[in-house]
Amino acid sequence: MAVVTYREALTQALREELQRDDRVFLMGEEVAQYNGAYKVSKGLLDEFGPMRIVDTPITELGFAGVGVGAAMVGLRPIVEFMTWNFALLALDQVVNAAAKMLYMSGGQYNMPMVFRGPNGSALQLSAQHSQAWESWLAHIPGLKVCTPGTPADAKGLLKAAIRDDNPVVFLEGEMLYNTKGEVPEGEHVVPIGVAELKHEGDHCSIITHGKMVLVAMKVADELAKEGITLDVVDLRTVRPIDVEAIAQSVQKTNRAVVLEEGWEICGMGSQVVDFIQRECFDDLDAPVLRVHQEDVPMPYAKNLERAAKPDAAKTIAAVKKVLYLD
Amino acid sequence: MATKVVMEALSPTMEEGRLVKWLKNEGDAVKTGDVIAEVETDKAVMELVARADGVLRKRLANEGDASPVGTLLGVIAGADENIDALIGAGAPAAAPAQAAQGGSGPAKAPANQAVADTKEAAAQSAVPQSSDQSQGEASAPPQQKADVGAKGGASQPSRLTPPRPQAPPPPKGNGARPGRPGAAPAAGGASSDKRQRSSPMARRLASERGIALGAIQGSGPGGRVVKRDVESAKASGAVRRSGAAERLASEGDFKDIPLTQIRKTIARRLAESNGPVPTFFLTAEFDVTRAAEMRVQLAEMGDEYKASFNDIVLKAVAFALAEHPEVNAHWLDDKIRQHNRIHVAMAVAVEDGLITPVLFDADRLHLWEISAKARELAKRARDRKLTPEEYTGATFTVSNLGMFGIDQFTAIINPPEAGILAVGGVEAKPVVIDGVMEVRERMRVTMSCDHRAIDGATGAKFLQTLRALIENPLSLVI
Repeated sequence: MAVVTYREALTQALREELQRDDRVFLMGEEVAQYNGAYKVSKGLLDEFGPMRIVDTPITELGFAGVGVGAAMVGLRPIVEFMTWNFALLALDQVVNAAAKMLYMSGGQYNMPMVFRGPNGSALQLSAQHSQAWESWLAHIPGLKVCTPGTPADAKGLLKAAIRDDNPVVFLEGEMLYNTKGEVPEGEHVVPIGVAELKHEGDHCSIITHGKMVLVAMKVADELAKEGITLDVVDLRTVRPIDVEAIAQSVQKTNRAVVLEEGWEICGMGSQVVDFIQRECFDDLDAPVLRVHQEDVPMPYAKNLERAAKPDAAKTIAAVKKVLYLD
Repeated sequence: MATKVVMEALSPTMEEGRLVKWLKNEGDAVKTGDVIAEVETDKAVMELVARADGVLRKRLANEGDASPVGTLLGVIAGADENIDALIGAGAPAAAPAQAAQGGSGPAKAPANQAVADTKEAAAQSAVPQSSDQSQGEASAPPQQKADVGAKGGASQPSRLTPPRPQAPPPPKGNGARPGRPGAAPAAGGASSDKRQRSSPMARRLASERGIALGAIQGSGPGGRVVKRDVESAKASGAVRRSGAAERLASEGDFKDIPLTQIRKTIARRLAESNGPVPTFFLTAEFDVTRAAEMRVQLAEMGDEYKASFNDIVLKAVAFALAEHPEVNAHWLDDKIRQHNRIHVAMAVAVEDGLITPVLFDADRLHLWEISAKARELAKRARDRKLTPEEYTGATFTVSNLGMFGIDQFTAIINPPEAGILAVGGVEAKPVVIDGVMEVRERMRVTMSCDHRAIDGATGAKFLQTLRALIENPLSLVI
């Protein structure tokens, strides 16, 4: 299997789906002439032309609305946001238009579209440009929310998202674009709503998604040296959530740490902990702990930024705590 | 900070206590939790413990004195601290102090009271007073805080803070949440909280394996019993539970049986004829030859496995009760309460009477656990050290006078229990087995039954099960 970057995996998915269905088109800031702010659409303008790879003005609300209209008349738009921090301007179209169209039209209009772009923090982009929005978006009935953490899942989930007849929010990671992994060539579709057990162990489950999958895998390797083995459950999709996969793992290990990039209050982890207490009450040997960004706007200073982010050391401490080892 | 020693309510019903004995002299250093005196309550002699670190400066009550709950008995304070104000204001000050001791009042009020007391004490003296701090820093005024810093006194907020569940705080930096449990220093007052903590997993595992959680020492925070504790308990041997016991465990603690008309009539007429508890008696003689052999074998396995005939009877009764819930019952005048948990009391003769400590969930205990527990309860009963919870709540009682050379006797039912088993001594007797005369070890038991709750045939079937268990005693140890 070819080893490619997360970025190339996304490009593969876009190219294959643009080839497969001529109703599919991509639009956003700098996606055509500039090949994308993060080069995800590299070469696509040359291959598919300006009718299908469309540069937009810097008007997030405007082009998101164009996408919604296009979907209503039968096209399958992919709307790229340069980052999800900018997408806040477009949330009315995402939340009020796209998410509710099928419902409010009494089933007359499907909304086969994808909103995608990088989510969460990179390095020293400060408070306004370092935010992980998945809990906001997963909150909304009518949306599906994908958070791939590996190149293979990025490709497989993006293909599934483009083929879905509902609006799908697709959260990538700026720091993930250069990560590499094996990616199946051609038809590789990862079903939305199915988690994957990325690492198998007996002592504790780490439930995570997106960028934090890599952190969890690092923690699993570190702790294996101490004889502590972990299940790493990669949710891959945070709406819908694969409750069964969470329950299966926690019922086996009896302990869980929920790791996410965003803030604590009403974060994705709150929801996961709720599922765990409902489905696994009698299996729990310790309170479920969460690891997340500190409850502050992301600091700019490098040392403070590092301190504010969830990381392997904080996760290891939480795992040891639920194992009663500290 | 001076702390009052008061007569505490050591049982739920206690209104007054008699100070039996001081265990510390004036001038002795004491630590929080040290036993400083013995107090006789309405039923038992209990321990009065220090609620602060310091020196027992003053003993205000004499041995033998009886005092109402809340009475000032003494003062714990720093070695040089002026305690005149406390002693002088003894009677009125007792009330807030009591609230602080019990942890029942709003935590702030007694704290402020205590601070005020100290300020008062300091004001009365021209020289600055040093004090052993036994107070949470948070409630002390600035000058008190400075004092703490200078003295480096042990800060012990637990005295004023009700014990909190010790949830492990999540990794640092959670949102601003005043009053979250993690914010409080670890509760040091856990001793006053008798509830055993356990994880749901540990509870489930213990129930699946028939292990009594109470018998396990928890290794988690605050003594929480966690999975690994139950697993290691299993390694030392799990207790077999009969199918009936499993079924009972799934039904809750008890089942109320409404009285049918015939039941009401039987109850009324029999009570008229035979006093308030119309009792009848069933006597049976069991062959305990195999039980006697088993006792020898158990003793050879080591002292920890030794079991008396009475232990074997207690274990067998617990199992038989699981098979016959109608005997494991209370007569409550308007209904019969069948208990799904089995708490067997054992009558213990004490100097001036009789007390019946309870083996709770006896059906879930190993024979050797019953032996150890029974020995310990009997000893503490004779020393009058039982707490009220330890001698109430039985669902059935066993009384044994075998050790006094009694062959057979009838015991009086302890209401509202529906039955009691009187156990006589073991004796070698000639018996005819398959037409051949043999010498066998025999033991006679007599069951007293409250006829309002138990009929003759019901009691007889119970004794049948009991006979099968005692005559085939291996079933009690596997």
